[in-house]
Amino acid sequence: MTDLTITRSSTTSRITLGLLVAAGLALAALPWINGVGGSGRAVALLVYVLLAVMWNALAGFAGLVSIGQTLFFGVAAYATIRLSDAGIDPFLATILATLIGALLGYVTSLFMVSLSGGEFAIGMWVLSALAHLCVNLDPLIQGETGTSLIALNAYDVETRAALTLWLALAFTAVFMAALILLLRSSTGAAITAIRDDEIAARSVGVDVLRTKRIVFVLAATGTAAAGALWLTSNTSFQPKAFFGVHWTAYMLFMVLVGGLGRIEGALIGAVLFFVIETLFGAYGAWYLVGLGAVAVLFALVLPNGLWGWIGPRLPGEAIPTGYFVHKKEGRTQHVDG
Amino acid sequence: MTPSPVLRAEGLSMAFGAFKVLDRVSLDVFGGEIVGILGPNGAGKTTFMNLLTGAYRPTTGRVHVLGEDVTHLATADRCRRGIARTHQVPRPFGGMTVFENVLVAARNGRGDPSGDPVGLAWQVLEHTGLAGVANRKAGSLGLLDRKRLELSRALATGPRVVLLDEIGGGLTDAEADRLVALIRDIQRDGVTIVWIEHIMRLLTECCTRMICMAGGAVIADGLPGDVIDAPAVRTAYFGAAA
Repeated sequence: MTDLTITRSSTTSRITLGLLVAAGLALAALPWINGVGGSGRAVALLVYVLLAVMWNALAGFAGLVSIGQTLFFGVAAYATIRLSDAGIDPFLATILATLIGALLGYVTSLFMVSLSGGEFAIGMWVLSALAHLCVNLDPLIQGETGTSLIALNAYDVETRAALTLWLALAFTAVFMAALILLLRSSTGAAITAIRDDEIAARSVGVDVLRTKRIVFVLAATGTAAAGALWLTSNTSFQPKAFFGVHWTAYMLFMVLVGGLGRIEGALIGAVLFFVIETLFGAYGAWYLVGLGAVAVLFALVLPNGLWGWIGPRLPGEAIPTGYFVHKKEGRTQHVDG
Repeated sequence: MTPSPVLRAEGLSMAFGAFKVLDRVSLDVFGGEIVGILGPNGAGKTTFMNLLTGAYRPTTGRVHVLGEDVTHLATADRCRRGIARTHQVPRPFGGMTVFENVLVAARNGRGDPSGDPVGLAWQVLEHTGLAGVANRKAGSLGLLDRKRLELSRALATGPRVVLLDEIGGGLTDAEADRLVALIRDIQRDGVTIVWIEHIMRLLTECCTRMICMAGGAVIADGLPGDVIDAPAVRTAYFGAAA
């Protein structure tokens, strides 16, 4: 056989990995540097990253545009409340609620993934609204009055903030790694093929439904983790604050501004959203108007998002999921035309 | 005894509502043949191909591959049974490299998953002349290379039959000739070919057999020269006076 070499990383990707690890370590050290307030903001950033990366996996790669990912976000938060009310440690409850999100994702995938386009998008919204209503019926929640993750009082404020942050970091690292490994696996090229052309993917033998289901369940689980974390960080649970449509708008904003279909795009979209929120969040309604204006501006000027502009200018992929093939021999790589 | 067909269409009909596009079309394709399908626009050629690949389910009739009934199998499963296709308008995975495009086919489309998909994908690219652009994004290819890529992906699935949907369209004469040479090569390697084409020159040069469709039915079937001269074919193409 031929002497083929496959290269899957580059200097760009090694630098990116270094930067990501450094950012992770810096965030992990935050409780000692910046105290409780800093940790809370860091958790918010990580929740945005999780939401953006997972929504992008679903919409950008599997072509499943969902406006109801709040189903998993809200149900996981609710499950955390319920589990903690049953006497389980709140941090353990956060992890278990994520697993419940995975289970819910699997069950939902059985009938939702075969839908496409608008049917899928609206269907997910309906499911989310349905879950919201059911949660409102629970006497523990008392409708929109809501309740709190009271069990967190067992920890003092500093410990609680640090543990939440480290859990958030662990979740983000695990889900990012899972997605990157999935995209680099033998299923990964099939996922990317579906992103580019679903009909062509079918005609070269890709099992589109099965592949989409894998992405859907991963996205559901990651979104559930984000919901459980958001609750643990903010302690109070009002159904509207978790099932609300504003989360969908945030996910869309982060991914479209960052760049659909690239993990790097979702990442910088989340960071950008975090920065805008930190600087302008206090302006209330005008902040939302500004957010909308930024989205429109990007749609007009950079339709492929920030990463659509940055990515092609780098010498190699930042988060490498592709293959660079070359043959070791003198006279190769010749082609006519 | 006659050999059993590689691909058999048995009384395929397709209706969209009251509009009948295909009316009981039967066709046996045998190993090693290059069967050209010609016919005026609206004859039902593309619908016929879509029924063979499983893009549509027929209203009535059956499709067999190597004796196995595949009528109820989806496109991806039929691909693994040995039916590959190229698309009339090329559908590259634009954000992936040429090599990755073919790798997806080699990994997912083969009935026999043993073997090294990386090596196979590379072999196919060397065969079709795309090895030199293996690391280029498929979205940046020109038309001839996009068509070669369609063919490469089809070949990487290890097909018994390749269905070509107007692969010659839009190419210059010289480009089309290069493609024809490649198709002949593929047939010599033991792959059977069914080829829908509007450019009659390509079909007459290449095909071992030709069928002509019109109005949703096969109106002629035989050697290319005979089919072109058949009165029914002349009527279908040039009107009653010809």
